[in-house]
Amino acid sequence: MADNTKDELLHDHNHDGIDRRGFLKCMAWAGTGALCVMQGGVLKSYSMSRPSEMNPADMKGELSFVQISDSHMGFNKPANPDVAATLQAAVDKINALSRPPEFLLHTGDISHLSKPAEFDTVEQILKSASAKDVFYVPGEHDVLNDDGKQYHERFAKGAQEGGWYSFEKKGVHFVGLVNVMNLKAGGLGTLGHEQLEWLERDVKHLKSSTPIVVFAHIPLWAVYPEWGWGTEDSAQALAYLKKFGSVTVLNGHIHQIMQKVEGNVTFHTACSTAFPQPKPGEAPSPGPMKVPAEQLRSALGITDVNYVSGQHALAVVDSTLA
Amino acid sequence: MRRTVFLASLLVMAVVGLGGIVGEHRSFVASAQEKTASTTEVKIDNFVFGPAAVTVPVGTTVTWINRDDIPHTVVSTEKAFKSKVLDTDEKFSYTFTKAGEYPYFCSIHPKMTGKVVVQ
Repeated sequence: MADNTKDELLHDHNHDGIDRRGFLKCMAWAGTGALCVMQGGVLKSYSMSRPSEMNPADMKGELSFVQISDSHMGFNKPANPDVAATLQAAVDKINALSRPPEFLLHTGDISHLSKPAEFDTVEQILKSASAKDVFYVPGEHDVLNDDGKQYHERFAKGAQEGGWYSFEKKGVHFVGLVNVMNLKAGGLGTLGHEQLEWLERDVKHLKSSTPIVVFAHIPLWAVYPEWGWGTEDSAQALAYLKKFGSVTVLNGHIHQIMQKVEGNVTFHTACSTAFPQPKPGEAPSPGPMKVPAEQLRSALGITDVNYVSGQHALAVVDSTLA
Repeated sequence: MRRTVFLASLLVMAVVGLGGIVGEHRSFVASAQEKTASTTEVKIDNFVFGPAAVTVPVGTTVTWINRDDIPHTVVSTEKAFKSKVLDTDEKFSYTFTKAGEYPYFCSIHPKMTGKVVVQ
C-alpha cells in the first residue's frame, strides 16, 4: 500500500473534494473511539466518548447495516472471561445508534468450538438487537468436527451447497463467501473453483454501477501470510469484480481494524466482540492478546456501514465498545 | 576415542546379550538406553507444535497436548490420523505401527505444521 502522506487530492470519486485516503486516515482514529463523517464535503470527527456532540443527521443514508465479527462464544480464557457480556455490549451499542441498521452482517467465528450451545447463545443475544435480520459467513471455529454441517443447517439454509450466497438490499449487491473450508497444510484461506465459478456467474449480469459488498471471514488480501491472514485464490474473485465502480470487502478473523484501498476496492477488517489480537508481527503468534481489564472494551467493537446513493464509496465507521 | 568406541560396543553387546536372554525385559533395557521411550510428547503452544519434527521408533505412541489458550487439531496430511478439536489441556494420542514420514498440520490454523518420522 503506497504511503501517501501528502494532502493532495488523488481520487475525487464523489466530486466532493474528499480523497478516499483522507477519509480513511480519519477512520484510522475510529478504532480508538472517533467517529468520522463526511458532511457537505467537509470531514468532521467526533469522539465516541462525547455522544452529545454527534448529530444524528450526519448519519443519513439510503442503507445502513452493522458488521460484527468473531464473537467466539465459548471462549473463557484470561483475554476475556465473559465473551457473552461483550457481545451483549456490542448489541447495546447497535441499539444506541440513532438510526437502527437494516440488518447485521456477522463475518464469522460465531462460536469458539462449534458447540450447539455456543451457537444458541449468540442467536439469543442477537435477538435483542434492533436489526432483526442477521446474515452470516462461517469462520474456521464454526466448522469444526462436522465439516460445517451444523453451521449450514443453522445459518446457510438458503445458500449454495458450499454455504456461499448473495442478496440485494436497496440496489446494493451483497455476496457472502466461505474461505474457511478444506484448508490445506501450510496454506491460507481458500475459496475453491466451485465458489469462484459461482461468483463469476452471480455478478456477470449486474450493471457496473451496482455497489458491491463482499463479506468473508478470512481477509481477501494478504494482511500477513505468515499468520495465515490471507486467501490464496482471492485474486481470481477480485478479477470478477473489476468492472464495478464500488466494491467494499468486509472481513474478520484478525480481531483488529485494518483497511486498504486498491483502485475501486476498499478492504476493511473488523474488531472482534470477544478479544483483540496483536498487530502483524508484533507478537510471536496471532493468539488472544491480553490487555488490562479496563481497556478491553476499547479494543473490541462494531462497524457501521452507510450507503448513500450517488456516492462512490460506502461510509464505513468503526466504533469501540467503550 | 578408540577406548570409548570399545566400551560402547561392549555395552551394546551386553544389551543385545541381555535382550536375547531376557526377552520380555527388552523394551525396558532399550528405554534405558534411548531417550525416546515408547511414548513421546509434542506440546502445542503459541500456534507451534513443539518439537515440530520428532523421530521415533516403530510402535511409539505420540501424545500431543494443547497448552495454548486457543483450540487446535492434529491432522495427518496423508489422512493417517485426525484428532478431534483439542481445547486447552486436551490431548490426542496416536500409535505409529508403520515406518515412514507423517507430516501433519492444524486444520484450524493450517500454517501450523509438524512431522513425525517413524523408523
